[in-house]
Amino acid sequence: MRELKLMKGNEAIAEAAVRYGVDGYFGYPITPQSEVMETLMLMKPWETTGMVVLQAESEVASINMLYGGAGSGKRVMTSSSSPGVSLMQEGISYIAGAELPCVIVNVVRGGPGLGTIQPSQSDYFQAVKGGGHGDYKLIVLAPASVQEMADFIGLAFELAFKYRNPAMILSDGVIGQMMEKVEFDEYRKRWTEEELIKNNPWAATGKTPDRERNVITSLHLQAVDQEKLNHKLQAKYREIEKSEVRYETYMCDDAEYLIVAFGSSARISKKSVELARTKGIKVGLLRPITLFPFPYREIDAYSEQIKGILTVEMNAGQMVEDVRLAVSGKVKVEHFGRMGGMVSSPDEVEEALEQKIIGG
Amino acid sequence: MIDIKDIIKPENLVFKKSKVLTDMEMHYCPGCSHGVVHNLIAEVIEDMDIQNSVIGVAPVGCSVLAYNYLHIDWHEAAHGRAPAVATAVKRLMPDKFVFTYQGDGDLAAIGTAETIHACNRGEDITIVFINNGIYGMTGGQMAPTTIEGMVASTCPAGRDLKRDGYPIKITEILATLPGTCYVTRQAVHTPGSVRKTKIALRKAFENQIAKKGTSIVEVVSTCNSGWRMTPVKANNWMVENMFPVYPLGDIKDE
Ligand SMILES: Cc1ncc(C[n+]2csc(CCOP(=O)(O)OP(=O)(O)O)c2C)c(N)n1
Repeated sequence: MRELKLMKGNEAIAEAAVRYGVDGYFGYPITPQSEVMETLMLMKPWETTGMVVLQAESEVASINMLYGGAGSGKRVMTSSSSPGVSLMQEGISYIAGAELPCVIVNVVRGGPGLGTIQPSQSDYFQAVKGGGHGDYKLIVLAPASVQEMADFIGLAFELAFKYRNPAMILSDGVIGQMMEKVEFDEYRKRWTEEELIKNNPWAATGKTPDRERNVITSLHLQAVDQEKLNHKLQAKYREIEKSEVRYETYMCDDAEYLIVAFGSSARISKKSVELARTKGIKVGLLRPITLFPFPYREIDAYSEQIKGILTVEMNAGQMVEDVRLAVSGKVKVEHFGRMGGMVSSPDEVEEALEQKIIGG
Repeated sequence: MIDIKDIIKPENLVFKKSKVLTDMEMHYCPGCSHGVVHNLIAEVIEDMDIQNSVIGVAPVGCSVLAYNYLHIDWHEAAHGRAPAVATAVKRLMPDKFVFTYQGDGDLAAIGTAETIHACNRGEDITIVFINNGIYGMTGGQMAPTTIEGMVASTCPAGRDLKRDGYPIKITEILATLPGTCYVTRQAVHTPGSVRKTKIALRKAFENQIAKKGTSIVEVVSTCNSGWRMTPVKANNWMVENMFPVYPLGDIKDE
């Protein structure tokens, strides 16, 4: 039986984490996502499911706690917002290099620097292109509703463990702060120690006589070995690209124009599509749900059918580069976005479509 | 003539390599303290019979490859972050023994925040702290613990207190935190000091059973390559110059 609740996106993250059977949450307060840890502390899951919740001394500490927890084979997660996620980048790179699963939620706010506490999508590059050092990829999910904030906790953990790779939920201050009704799955049990060892035989849980010792590391001093690891990582990323692309379309069947937008920009753009349609403009919306892997082929499939694409993002134009890569010059692609914490209105987006794509 | 076979008999055995040590040849320089401390940790793990349930957290520093030498499960940490990694490992597996092994740059410079806060939360872990007064791995640069006047590659004329600040007595600082239960400073330059350090390490691991809080064993150590000294000279130099700044003994035992 699914349970219906009314809550903020950030609260939904916490509720979903406990219900999914997450073992540990480690975080440091930052607006606009502090409700995640606050909600967990009120829920006291250590008394019910046994989940550990710990306020760390910094995001540097919380990501390295994730490293330790993930290396133990546990389901561990953190949440933060842009400046905090910048601090985590070294640790994220280690986790990717050591091929460990974990979930990182970034409720993005406007930057650069201390920036604003208002919503933004300006961490797209950081999330999908690496962010930290070395050639690595995160699995990146972009929720567009409170329901997806909740649902993507489970999805992110499933993908993270399936591929032994860190997964990021790239959200923003709009979805973190807005209240919607949301349905939750029933509580699931956390893994027992036996289940954990069976599912994750690589975890550093103490060297029992029946196996070789497990060493969690990203260090390979010999360049040939480090290259081997890189080849392995790249093969894994190709596999993810092949199997895990997720996206959604709205009114695309007869579309002559396309808006491509993710997260809350997609919510806004949906309204813009409806507005344009009342004016007789045949426009559809394609919403990437996975930002890595990105729906390159799925967007390119519209190249023959459409005359132009507008990407709508709360940034100076980041995902637009991937959309341009997708259609590689076959179709005109322009970007529209507000920055620094400003959120565009459906009218603005519709106007931009007319000016930049149809008129331009 | 006595045949060697007559000597190698169980009743003549006075010392043997711990089964917790692997057969891997150590990469440490001759005279380095790291190898001795590795051996002691291996012996303590064997004596306590906890090989099945111990997880080591290795730092970034000369001992980054510690996981090649001890036959236990290990976790790498980024430079300075071992106490954060160990915090999660212990919190999520409270029945396991968890220790970090860190150099002075790792523990007292880049990882100061993680160290202080893990100790302040009283994490039930053991911290083994190798204080050789220098950055060994990166080639002998000044460490937060480099003593006044001591030469390092980034203070070639010696540590200047005005420019570089003072050698930090991080262990004394950690002893002020209510979360720590056992804080001690030892060395491994003589057979006697080696025995004392082993006793200290054993106590630091046993404190995890009683969940008394964080235990810290600092080992004032030599770095022959970094100090540009022979092993014998380095030991003497340590006794004469390091011990007055970093006196040996228990700082806290509760
Ligand atoms: C973020 C980061 N900064 C710098 C380094 C380079 N680095 C590696 S080891 C080290 C110093 C190690 O010195 P110490 O902790 O005293 O250990 P020792 O090598 O002397 O045993 C430094 C600066 C690094 N690996 N990561």
